[in-house]
Amino acid sequence: MKAGKILSMIALLGFSFSLMAASVPEEKIATLRLAPIEVEPTPPAMQKVINSDVKQVRNYPMQPPVIPHRIDGYQIDLKVNKCMQCHARNSTGHSQAPMVSVTHYMDRENNFLASLSPRRYYCTQCHVSQLDAKILVENDFVDVKELMKHSSTTEH
Amino acid sequence: MSMNRREFMKANAAIAAAGVAGMALPATASNLITSSEQTKLEWNKAPCRFCGTGCSVIVATRDGKVVATHGDAKSEVNKGLNCVKGYFLSKIMYGRDRLQTPMLRMTDGKYDKNGEFTPVSWDMAFDTMAEKWKKTIKAKGPTAVGMFGSGQWTVWEGYAAVKLMKAGFGSNNIDPNARHCMASAVGGFMRTFGIDEPMGCYDDMEAADAFVLWGSNMAEMHPILWTRVTDRRLSAPHVKVAVLSTFQHRSFDLADLPIVFTPQTDLAMLNFIANYIIQNDKVDKDFISKHVNFRKGETDIGYGLRASHPLQKKAKNVDTAGDSTPIDFEEFKKFVADYDVESVSKLSGVPEHKLIELAELYADPKKKVTSFWTMGFNQHTRGVWCNNLIYNIHLLVGKISTPGNSPFSLTGQPSACGTAREVGTFSHRLPADMVVTNPKHRKLAEDIWNIPSGIIPPKPGYHAVEQNRRLKDGDLNCYWVQVNNNMQAAANMNEEGLPGYRNPDNFIVVSDAYPTVTTQAGDLILPSAMWVEKEGAYGNAERRTQFWHQMVQAPGESMSDLWQLMEFSKRFTTDEVWSKDVLDANPEFKGKTLFEVLYQNGNVEKFPLSDTDPKFMNNEAKHFGFYVQKGLFEEYAEFGRGHGHDLADFDRYHTEHGLRWPVVDGKETKWRFREGADPYVKAGKGFEFYGKPDGKAVIFALPYEPAPEMPDEEFDIWLSTGRVLEHWHSGSMTQRVPELYKAFPDAVCFMHPDDAKKRGLRRGDEVKVISRRGEIKTRVETRGRNKPPVGLVFVPWFDASQLINKVTLDATDPLSKQTDFKKCAVKIVKA
Repeated sequence: MKAGKILSMIALLGFSFSLMAASVPEEKIATLRLAPIEVEPTPPAMQKVINSDVKQVRNYPMQPPVIPHRIDGYQIDLKVNKCMQCHARNSTGHSQAPMVSVTHYMDRENNFLASLSPRRYYCTQCHVSQLDAKILVENDFVDVKELMKHSSTTEH
Repeated sequence: MSMNRREFMKANAAIAAAGVAGMALPATASNLITSSEQTKLEWNKAPCRFCGTGCSVIVATRDGKVVATHGDAKSEVNKGLNCVKGYFLSKIMYGRDRLQTPMLRMTDGKYDKNGEFTPVSWDMAFDTMAEKWKKTIKAKGPTAVGMFGSGQWTVWEGYAAVKLMKAGFGSNNIDPNARHCMASAVGGFMRTFGIDEPMGCYDDMEAADAFVLWGSNMAEMHPILWTRVTDRRLSAPHVKVAVLSTFQHRSFDLADLPIVFTPQTDLAMLNFIANYIIQNDKVDKDFISKHVNFRKGETDIGYGLRASHPLQKKAKNVDTAGDSTPIDFEEFKKFVADYDVESVSKLSGVPEHKLIELAELYADPKKKVTSFWTMGFNQHTRGVWCNNLIYNIHLLVGKISTPGNSPFSLTGQPSACGTAREVGTFSHRLPADMVVTNPKHRKLAEDIWNIPSGIIPPKPGYHAVEQNRRLKDGDLNCYWVQVNNNMQAAANMNEEGLPGYRNPDNFIVVSDAYPTVTTQAGDLILPSAMWVEKEGAYGNAERRTQFWHQMVQAPGESMSDLWQLMEFSKRFTTDEVWSKDVLDANPEFKGKTLFEVLYQNGNVEKFPLSDTDPKFMNNEAKHFGFYVQKGLFEEYAEFGRGHGHDLADFDRYHTEHGLRWPVVDGKETKWRFREGADPYVKAGKGFEFYGKPDGKAVIFALPYEPAPEMPDEEFDIWLSTGRVLEHWHSGSMTQRVPELYKAFPDAVCFMHPDDAKKRGLRRGDEVKVISRRGEIKTRVETRGRNKPPVGLVFVPWFDASQLINKVTLDATDPLSKQTDFKKCAVKIVKA
């Protein structure tokens, strides 16, 4: 029921967009700009990095978690990997930070290694911190949990 | 939300207790669902939608939605990994502002160039388009219609588009946005080897002893390939990594040899390395005597600007830019002798010891070296030269086509190779490296396509940059853009792109999944199905062709580009677009629709609907009544089979995680041009560069020449543009994924702190970036991932509200016609 509601809400939103789109002036069509092409909008002030340390729920289990804290000035190079000072297996005792996933100890052929796999060395290729920015367009991705609820209610 | 761990556990204890007591709880109250039926997801493979790396991903669908994606563990490319963009693929189709219906600029119910975007039916959209196309072709001929496509087209979409333009409308005015990213690479391959695309493959990365990055920030732009380089570097301590760029970026974090050089002086450094190899007697004499010719290229070739530009007028050899004359090794040796370490160090700003260390990586016969390059080389007014010069070095020492020895041009788009290059969606090309200027190639294409001879025009059409200029000049009047955002992407928007699209004589159609700046500048918007909303094929940078099935339905009335192209073709008959002479000589074609001629030609409709996999959707096959994708692919594959571009059978690709062409006797080819690895090399040859008639590659003598625009007193700083990790190209997909958006929401101007201080600026200040052509407003960033040297700023181009291409210069490589987005002169002032 609830998921059905969510789905119909989504349909409604899609519908309301097309209603809204009954006639859209040029400067309103490009949602990521919302200004005439000739006009240079004032850029928003630089946002701060969200530094709450509060975990954000993943969209699905395989999603790399976003970083809930600042990483300004973190060194990750040939000499040192600052992230691993807290997130390495043997650091999590003192840091109480989550250990990097076990997959990070596996090589290309899925063999387990004694420490972090070199292919996973650059954390920021997958993990990003979040700025306190106002999103321009909503995303209607549906969590599989909602779809499951939907199918369980329709099945019974 | 503010519950801590203990409180959370307490609250959940009730559920646990109920379970132990054997009480029946409603399913929704339980925190664990154990029914496999309920938790089941449907998993299928697809290549990633973004860059040219070509990672394979596994896509989970349920109830008609994509619900998750993860890296494909079985893919040789990425072995289970993705970059941050790839991990968020699941969300790219679900931005709330997906286009749902065609929208035409209208006032009072009628088309009006200055009207508001109004939803219309597909019929009305195509009727309006067809009327414009017919009127224009009648009045001005086929050169007044054009199309701008993409390296994001699927293979069959690009192929269907080439057919529609070249075989249908008889116009060569079709070009892909790959012109902006890969044209110089293509030019380099064709000039040096006579055949396009890398000889090596990604396996080189696990075999190399040294990596050299020439103008490529792989850490951000090819992250998964960078994980392979990193894996190699950190697993084998003898491996060295050299990173060359005009500013410091994330790839420098792995660099043993970091080199920041003055823009444009890469040409001189490349010649210095060749000189160093010769002076130190490190030339592989046996290799060059058997496999290499030497030639001297034309110089002073201009900058691909409009003919009226003073720099074009000043250049002596604009018309003969591609010419070259044979020379011998001694003459080549003399030519590069000018590039000694002292003078090149002075010119490039790179210390002598670093230049020597770099040259040694290539010269040392014991080191296997892989060179990577992307836009630093290709987006360069001497881009083809850069490509030629790096091949010079690898050829001089014979470090090519063997594992780890690899000059490797990386691609930026998922199918820049597969669609733009292999299918030949360029204004001068036909499939399998053939060109419209060659009468034999035209004949072959016309034969395969079953169309009369004389339909494909012998003159190349307008390339990307020329298209914008011709739109502005009113020579090109009907224009269709698919799968790209060229208003945001093309240089010099204010002077060329925008006046071109808004020219009252022109009708601009833009197909996209989302409303972009290009749709904003257009007249008719067509909503497109994207990625796994259709069946597709992409070809990545290592010649790997990958297929995927349609897994979900596109929203609203969105249709794939393939459907759009084929449906539009139904609205034309041969009598309306072909010359009377051709029809009189071939009366059987009279009165036929272009759809019949192009897509019911005995080939494309050959495979029945029943050949499609019943497990998957296939909107196009269902709509047209035959397996469209298979028919198009098999006809296309005819061009390359037996000619060094062999593709496997259509069906096989649906079962494989990609195959690298040429696929001969069912086997893929990892290294081309080497005996034993490449079935096209004849026994006893060792190496054979069979793209050239005598089997020899060419080493070119080409000089350093300055950039067209350099900082001066007023415009006192270099501007380089480019991408960031989190956003792909113009951001139309990634900016709609909240996690990616929040990781890098707005473009900034990366600047050296001293340059900021000199201008009285601080981090976060609003500034204008101003060139002779236009300006944008942005904010100063003196920290962060990019660290430009004094005298250069970097502004990424993903941000639709900061259109940096208002500022850039549309100077191009005269050979490849590719724009240099990396160099122009600007000033930075407080806004």
